[in-house]
Amino acid sequence: MTQSEFLKIVTPFKDKVFRLAKRLLVSREEAEDATQEVLLKLWRNKGQIENYKNVEAFSMTMTKNFCLDKLKSKQSQNLKIVHNNYQDHTVALQKQIELNDSMQWVAKIIQDLPEQQKLVVQLRDIEQYDFDEIAKMLDMNPTAVRVALSRARKIIREKLTSTHNYGVR
Amino acid sequence: MVLDNIEQLLEKYENGQTTLKEEAQLKDYFSQETVAPHLGHYKAIFGYYLVNQQEAFTKTLPLQTKKKINFKWLSVAAAVVLMVGIYFNKPNEDVITDQDRLAYNQAKSYLELVSKALNKGTTQVGYLDALNKAGTHVDYLKEMENPIGRILKINNQ
Repeated sequence: MTQSEFLKIVTPFKDKVFRLAKRLLVSREEAEDATQEVLLKLWRNKGQIENYKNVEAFSMTMTKNFCLDKLKSKQSQNLKIVHNNYQDHTVALQKQIELNDSMQWVAKIIQDLPEQQKLVVQLRDIEQYDFDEIAKMLDMNPTAVRVALSRARKIIREKLTSTHNYGVR
Repeated sequence: MVLDNIEQLLEKYENGQTTLKEEAQLKDYFSQETVAPHLGHYKAIFGYYLVNQQEAFTKTLPLQTKKKINFKWLSVAAAVVLMVGIYFNKPNEDVITDQDRLAYNQAKSYLELVSKALNKGTTQVGYLDALNKAGTHVDYLKEMENPIGRILKINNQ
């Protein structure tokens, strides 16, 4: 397999991999590193790529596992506080992606969700996968995905309305 | 009418029962400038999702096509080359021509001549032996000195 063939396979979903990594790792730099790592792993095993039924789903699963491992190793190094305090400056820098105040609240609320709900929201509400695909990627059954998603959506809405009612805005 | 529809969809949405199409409908509605005021917070939520869909991976991928040399196999290859080299590199037996034989005989006869002349020289040097013999005879003179010493001792007493 040549480089261009590989890129043709990878290009449609590399942004999705990146966004998923960023959802979990928060920092843009770390997400970029993780994405690179995942794609290079694919490249190294390019001989087997045709055996995978769904390269995209496979990559998403790989990304999820990679990022969760990374978070776990970070927790064991007691770097959790550093990670939680991380502020994504690039959001402010990127002018084409200007988030207003309440959108930042949404980001914060999603960041506080449990990891599984975070993943489900990312895959469904942002990447728009259907339930079967998400179930396959996360190794869950579709109803569990649906339940997690419903719970997450309710939490987001409730927290956001409560912040609004306290007159933050 | 539209608002009713949206509210229904929102309820389904929160229960996780909307299809992707219906969710797209919701996103469409909430990307408008004005939405019903009591649904304002949804605008932020769907707006956030829409914005986040556009974020892209910009880092380049360093894809290596060169394969790393496996040094384990390199050593095996070197051993094979060495063995093959030893096997095929047996010294060749040269064919001896008449010319070579002639040169050999000539060289041999010259060397014989040289050695004969050398032997003659050494026999003449052999007379030096007589000189050594004479030297040993002279040594007897030392024994003469011993009695002389004794005589001198007696005189002193």
